[in-house]
Amino acid sequence: MKRHITPANLILGAILLWAGWHLFDWAVLKAVFRPDAAACHALEGSGACWGVVAEKYRVILFGRYPLDEQWRPLLATLLMLGLLGISTLQRFRNRRLWLVWSIGLALFIFLLKGGLFGLENVDTPRWGGLPLTLILTVFGLAGAFPLAVLLALGRNGRLPVVRTLCTVFIELVRGVPMVAVLFMAAFLFPLFMPRGWEFPSLLRVLVAIILFAGAYMAEVIRGGLLAVPKGQAEAAQALGLSYWQVQLTVILPQALRNVLPALMNSAIALFKDTSLVIIVGLFELTGALGLAVDGDPKWRAFALDGYLFIALIYWIGCFTTSRYSRSLESKAA
Amino acid sequence: MKVRAYALQAAIVAAVLLALYGLATLVAAKMRGLGVEPGFGFLWQRAGFDIGDTLIAFDAADTYGRAFLVGLLNTVSVAAVAIVASLGLGGALGLGQLARNRLLARLCEAYVELFRNVPLLLQVLIVYVLLIGRLPLPQEAWSLGPDVWLSKSGLALPWPTFTDVGLMLERPVLGRFTFSGGAMLTPEFLSVAAALTLFTAAYIAEVVRGSVQAVSRRQTEAAQALGLNDAQTLRFVVVPQALRSMIPPLANQLLNLIKNSSLAVAVGYPDLVAVADTTLNQSGHAVECIAIIMAVYLTLSLITAALMGGWHGRLLRQQGGYP
Repeated sequence: MKRHITPANLILGAILLWAGWHLFDWAVLKAVFRPDAAACHALEGSGACWGVVAEKYRVILFGRYPLDEQWRPLLATLLMLGLLGISTLQRFRNRRLWLVWSIGLALFIFLLKGGLFGLENVDTPRWGGLPLTLILTVFGLAGAFPLAVLLALGRNGRLPVVRTLCTVFIELVRGVPMVAVLFMAAFLFPLFMPRGWEFPSLLRVLVAIILFAGAYMAEVIRGGLLAVPKGQAEAAQALGLSYWQVQLTVILPQALRNVLPALMNSAIALFKDTSLVIIVGLFELTGALGLAVDGDPKWRAFALDGYLFIALIYWIGCFTTSRYSRSLESKAA
Repeated sequence: MKVRAYALQAAIVAAVLLALYGLATLVAAKMRGLGVEPGFGFLWQRAGFDIGDTLIAFDAADTYGRAFLVGLLNTVSVAAVAIVASLGLGGALGLGQLARNRLLARLCEAYVELFRNVPLLLQVLIVYVLLIGRLPLPQEAWSLGPDVWLSKSGLALPWPTFTDVGLMLERPVLGRFTFSGGAMLTPEFLSVAAALTLFTAAYIAEVVRGSVQAVSRRQTEAAQALGLNDAQTLRFVVVPQALRSMIPPLANQLLNLIKNSSLAVAVGYPDLVAVADTTLNQSGHAVECIAIIMAVYLTLSLITAALMGGWHGRLLRQQGGYP
């Protein structure tokens, strides 16, 4: 028989109630929801100033994207969320999903970039906010995954030279902070290009993200490769399949299914890590908030409330993804 | 078959060497074109910038090399503080998640879900704006204990210093504008250390929970049958067995923490990366600065991995290896 009313529970419960009440009081009852800077200043910290979000939400969500054209990043964001949404549904999971994604991603880029069919051209330095976060995450994953598969196969393969090269690359990237890899994108990649060749910052950062995430995902996939019983490869070889046929049709499908939860974790980590690109001057969600409030003396004092709003967006994204991953796991088991 | 494999590998080696050589010449030519002589000689040149937060004396007349040393010491000190604090907090949260008290267990789980799912950079920024925005002026500093003061200018602490009469604890004293004497931990240092601790503790809690759960339930039941109470069961039976599976993933988390300390650059705490950033913008020695960053973090990672590996090995030997 379990006792629920114990002294420890009473004390803990009282503290929780007290803290919960204060949080509710601060975040809802005393909070200012109107974009009214004077009312916010009058609070003197006794309530939250969500007015900063009401006033600046366009800059926070879309960065420096031209104001009149902001229906385009909005539409693009909804499109991407829709693509991610239908990919989780069982009945859409078939061969046509690849086609849907290819068209969807092309449409996504076209909406942001424009320059065709009467849409005004908007260059990548003006892209920002939530769509930029989504680009870096989704395109980063799309690029990192094939790289990771190749690196994992190379590190597990029979050719000593390839094995060494893959090992050195993976361990080198995993041994340094992501900031260092982003610095490479910002300062070294331009030096590596012949004179007259210039790539926009977004593309360089995307390459850096792909290299970084690829090294981490390679280790995840390699773990999956090692877990596939040796007999599988031997049996496939005995049937006369070539190396690539064995890997692509026998080993990889089993390995990837086993490490799917760990790959989802890599995806969540990458989604969070995209916030670092502000350090090399790209204004995704985190950076866009700085853009919105740092230069505005009226609202600068309420950066905290803005950051909490963004934290909520990230939290929802990470939490739903990890819950989805867990549901896949229990379904597979 | 054999011949083809050798030829393929030789071709790969040749291609990699050629690409590296090509890149090196291209970069060197480009740097000379910008008036920068490639090489590490610039480390002995005058830096010309000040650093706000230093453990050893530094001013603008000192060299770039010394600036990097200041940055390295800052990285190591903020990481060391965060490692100790996050091990403590993470261990407590991990055991708390398994507590028999459901309320406490749920509370610890909620902490983990909250802090794991928000980017570390955002947490650093949130703690930073909290510290500089919501703390009182030094004149109205909050007292956190004897001679410990928290205010907008940071955390003032007593600090041991050498005086004529030997090693003495020097107390911070409030002057006209701020504290002098003792040690002052800046808001930048505090926000990086605190955010690293809160974030990493959530991951460490999961590692601890997983390892403790992996210890067979029969071990706990046997210990209780012998008359051990809950604390004794944990201390003498469960934790020693959990440690052996805990150390490798724990080492991973500590390595992540050390690398993540580079986010200090976002709030202007002068860690190694921040110093390198200033230096490369000022001197144009981008390749060298990034090479230094990479070499330092690789070395720190290797040292941490070796220490944790050594501890793991000793533990396994003491306990007689895996059954």
